[in-house]
Amino acid sequence: MKEKLKKFYILIPVLGALLFISILLIIFGTSPIEAFSAILNGAFGSQQKFLNTSAFWVPLLLASTGLLVTFSAGLWNIGIEGQIVMGALAASAVALNVEASKPVMLTLEILAAMGAGGLWAGFTALLKTKGKVNEIFGGLALTNLSIILTNYMISGPWQPPEGGTFRGTAPFASEALFPLLASSKFSPLALILSISALALVGFILSNTYFGLKLKSLGKNHYSAFLLGVSSDKEVFLSMAFCGALAGLGGAVRVLSWFDSLRQSISGGIGYLALLVVMLAAYRVILVPFIAFFFSSILTGSISLQLKTQLHSSLGGILTGVMVLFVILFGDRKKIFKKKMDQNNE
Amino acid sequence: MNNSELIAVLASILLQASPLMIAVMGETISERAGMINLSLDGTMLLSAMAGFIAAYETGNVWLGFLAAMIVGAFFALIIAFGTINLKQSQVAIGFVLTILGDDLSAFLGQNYTRLPGPTLGRYSVPILRDIPILGDLLFNQNVVFYIAVLLTIFVWWFLNKTQPGLQLRSVGERPEAAFARGVNVNLIRYAYSIAGGALVGFAGAAYSLAIKIGWSEGHTRGIGWIALAIVIFGGWAPIRGAFGAILFGATKTLATVLQSKFPEVSVVAFNAIPWILMIFVLLLVSNEWVEDMILKLPKRFHRPLRKFLRVSPPLALGEEFEKK
Amino acid sequence: MRVEIKEIKKYFGDVRANDGINFQLESGNIYGILGENGAGKSTLMKILSGYQSQDSGDILLDDKAILFDSPAAGLFAGIGMLYQDPLDFPPFNILENYLLGKSKNINLNFSSAAKQVSALADQYGFEVDIKAEINTLSLGERQQLELVRLLAEGAQLLILDEPTTGISAEQKEQLFTSMRRMAYDEKKIIVLVSHKLDEIQELCDHAFVLRKGKLVGQSEVPCPNERLVEMMFGSLPTRRERHPSVHDEVMLEIKDLKVATYRIQIDGISFTVNKGEVLGLAGLEGSGQGLLLRACAGLEEIDGGEIIVDGEIINDQEYHQRRENDVAFMGSGRLEEGLITGMTLTEHMVLAAEEHDFVINWKQAEVETKSKINTYQVIGQSSSTADQLSGGNQQRFMFSMLRTPLKLILLENPTRGLDVRSTNWIWEQLYERRSDGTAIVFLSADLDEVVDRSDRIAVFSGGKMSRIVNANETNVDELGHLIGGQE
Repeated sequence: MKEKLKKFYILIPVLGALLFISILLIIFGTSPIEAFSAILNGAFGSQQKFLNTSAFWVPLLLASTGLLVTFSAGLWNIGIEGQIVMGALAASAVALNVEASKPVMLTLEILAAMGAGGLWAGFTALLKTKGKVNEIFGGLALTNLSIILTNYMISGPWQPPEGGTFRGTAPFASEALFPLLASSKFSPLALILSISALALVGFILSNTYFGLKLKSLGKNHYSAFLLGVSSDKEVFLSMAFCGALAGLGGAVRVLSWFDSLRQSISGGIGYLALLVVMLAAYRVILVPFIAFFFSSILTGSISLQLKTQLHSSLGGILTGVMVLFVILFGDRKKIFKKKMDQNNE
Repeated sequence: MNNSELIAVLASILLQASPLMIAVMGETISERAGMINLSLDGTMLLSAMAGFIAAYETGNVWLGFLAAMIVGAFFALIIAFGTINLKQSQVAIGFVLTILGDDLSAFLGQNYTRLPGPTLGRYSVPILRDIPILGDLLFNQNVVFYIAVLLTIFVWWFLNKTQPGLQLRSVGERPEAAFARGVNVNLIRYAYSIAGGALVGFAGAAYSLAIKIGWSEGHTRGIGWIALAIVIFGGWAPIRGAFGAILFGATKTLATVLQSKFPEVSVVAFNAIPWILMIFVLLLVSNEWVEDMILKLPKRFHRPLRKFLRVSPPLALGEEFEKK
Repeated sequence: MRVEIKEIKKYFGDVRANDGINFQLESGNIYGILGENGAGKSTLMKILSGYQSQDSGDILLDDKAILFDSPAAGLFAGIGMLYQDPLDFPPFNILENYLLGKSKNINLNFSSAAKQVSALADQYGFEVDIKAEINTLSLGERQQLELVRLLAEGAQLLILDEPTTGISAEQKEQLFTSMRRMAYDEKKIIVLVSHKLDEIQELCDHAFVLRKGKLVGQSEVPCPNERLVEMMFGSLPTRRERHPSVHDEVMLEIKDLKVATYRIQIDGISFTVNKGEVLGLAGLEGSGQGLLLRACAGLEEIDGGEIIVDGEIINDQEYHQRRENDVAFMGSGRLEEGLITGMTLTEHMVLAAEEHDFVINWKQAEVETKSKINTYQVIGQSSSTADQLSGGNQQRFMFSMLRTPLKLILLENPTRGLDVRSTNWIWEQLYERRSDGTAIVFLSADLDEVVDRSDRIAVFSGGKMSRIVNANETNVDELGHLIGGQE
């Protein structure tokens, strides 16, 4: 019985979050039931909507998968947002400047995106290991620089010929885009890539020496060092790995969700991915489900906005409050832990 | 550029720096007590929004500031409760609150974007304003500037010259020794987290009610992170932190000036300056090669240079304290 | 003032730090508390000064039972303790440190504090640079300042915990002069906690000797050293019969080694250890023996001298290189340095292995781990996490991760907290390695272990290393003297 109760304990923070949002909705004069059903309908209401939710899910899953690696090594890769943007930028650079057949284009775009994302994350890692700049600050500064670079490209060199709108580049040639399913934004190819990435990361984390080293670093830096793990190298590799997947996510954003490079190309999925992995408590198997859950809330709240004029950030609030409550109250063991007396002699 | 232009530019730098200074003071007292409030970016957004709405609805700017301070204090309270009582990670809670503050501000403020509202204006100090140059620079400023300067001086005085300030610092440096001197460590951490959060809230409202008037989605986005970096660059000291704030305030003005001088360069390129500066200053204060460089110079320069260039965080920053 | 300690008990889990201690302290006297590492001295003093509370028993102050909830309360009642590492605030300046917690006034009165500190310092012959920051001071100066602070707060009973570790001879003289003055002229009670016989003999009127949490004897001092030594150590264990397997060649040579840290430094250390030899390092914890071991392992940067292993100078090698070159280190904090909370034994074994394939063969790793934990008699599963093991099994498991063969094994407290059977077993394993030529250098807080297990013994005291004595020929008296800092 107790064991059963334990499993349901996790539901309390989730219900708490729903209650919080309901109160918020009532204050704004909207019935929570209507709003939630509008969100559900927006996410799953039709085949098209379901496919769009899935299309949002794929790059989020890629970013979350990358973060599994950095979190495992105990790193706060908040700069992932910038790594996504750099991936999108690099893919756009290829899309705008190369003319080739679709398979060649896609291969080049993917490689460029992964390289750029990895490079951006690698900078953050070097700032940390060589420059002692905490990865949170290095990552944030680089994120902002990548966003500025995007805006610069959109408003300058990559301005569409018919005049700058500051909103995005001209649509890419169709050879440059991912093949999409049933005139939705969903690309089966991108899904295959992200599922393979997840499987690869799952395998690396649990079955390779590299994964084991990351795990040891994340859990106890000094013991890991004594057991022969060199942290600088692993920090760089894990960051670059995460950055490459984030960059791929960025490519998926430009080449399937949009068809061009836009302002705020990432749409905050980097930060959202951090929340996904925190809520999953770093467990690989939970990540795709939570990422999908979050995707449906977010795409659902976008259609809620279209319907009721309620701002789509409602979805962000719902996910944020949920994660906050889980962090605060989810770890029952830690809350009630009794510290053992320590021998002070 | 003639003299009056130059003064105008300098005065604008000080104005841009003012809310940053206030946020930096708030985070400084919190971190000096050992508590990292990583949520600054979200806190400032939410408080800028709350401050604007409260002032708009009541017609009173000061009620706006009060509302913003309550919001800031509340976020800090969540972090204090989560870390002191629930023993969770300061970084994790702070990060989630950053995101949450951003989203909440967008949602709650959705019906108040781009509206004209009450503002906190300029105030000329009688007599002092007539001092040549300085009068225009320092005594014909927005009220937020006076508050920022007085607050900086107050925080400096409080930390360095008062018993409660000493106790505040003691719990951030060596909580077990502070306990031995009869200081209630966790109570003090609660108190200054909350006070610091309230100041950050005030800084948020300073944007929406005085510096960057009005409310729009993402109104102060990024500024909270810059404030956090300035606290590090400032070596957790108020005066140096204030200079850091002025340095970053200058980048904003610099961008405007450069833009008028070089209209051919895209506007957005100048926005990169603060972030490049952020990386640069953090590299400067935390890196070991600075120490190596100092050691190469004659010995008499070591101490002053180290004081100027090197910083070290409060020893117990981010650490739990538990009474034995 | 009269202080009576009645039946004080304090247990930490199974460890009886204080097991029913009784004694009395009277004004105008200097008392010595003597005891080995772990005898219960520090615990008792922390209880007396209010830093910890006892499990049972009473402290009577002028016949009134008292219970402090913090050291501040203790000091308010007149009991002040000077810790070995004074409880001050490194980045503060002297006056700030002095003023913290002193008054309820908002304003800090620096000028009157400066006067008070200077006056008190003058009174006791301390030289104080009022403007200095605490982190620029020597340990001796920090102790003087803390004493000044305690005196200014009106301490009538002053406890000094190993105050002479790490301070200069001159500072020590000053300290002793001022202590005499406080006791005899000002009628305070002074309690000196120490393991150094000389100091106790020189300074104290009366000595209490603790062993394993109990008061085992007391004596007026000065008295013959032998008496105190016998009370402190009981008698040395009879060394178990064993065949030394010391080879002729040198494995480890230390030449004029210097290592300095903020707390303590060792300087001019030279010795050799032969292949197959076991060198034991004794002394109060933190006297420099740990620094030596960590310097040899590559975990502490050295400031001079040479470390030569098997004919090769390894000064420039980092910890990981030395580890690859068969120099092994095992620290005493198992779950802080060596084991990883939340990781399984198999995972540990894979991490520590000599060779790694990119993909881990978990089946094989598990088989190997099982056989290791069988051999090393670790009670636990290959899928148990390190923190699920008991302390003794954690230690066994750490030994099982050591590679074979090794040139040099550096150990800190290798059997701390283990039962007799485990201890014997671990040493058998270590001895077996000697036939490969492995040299072993270990430190232990337990003198019995050092005497029983070593071929030769060196004693550390305040950063100085004694001459090296042969474990077979030494006796309790000689070691007692070496530990007491007498050559």
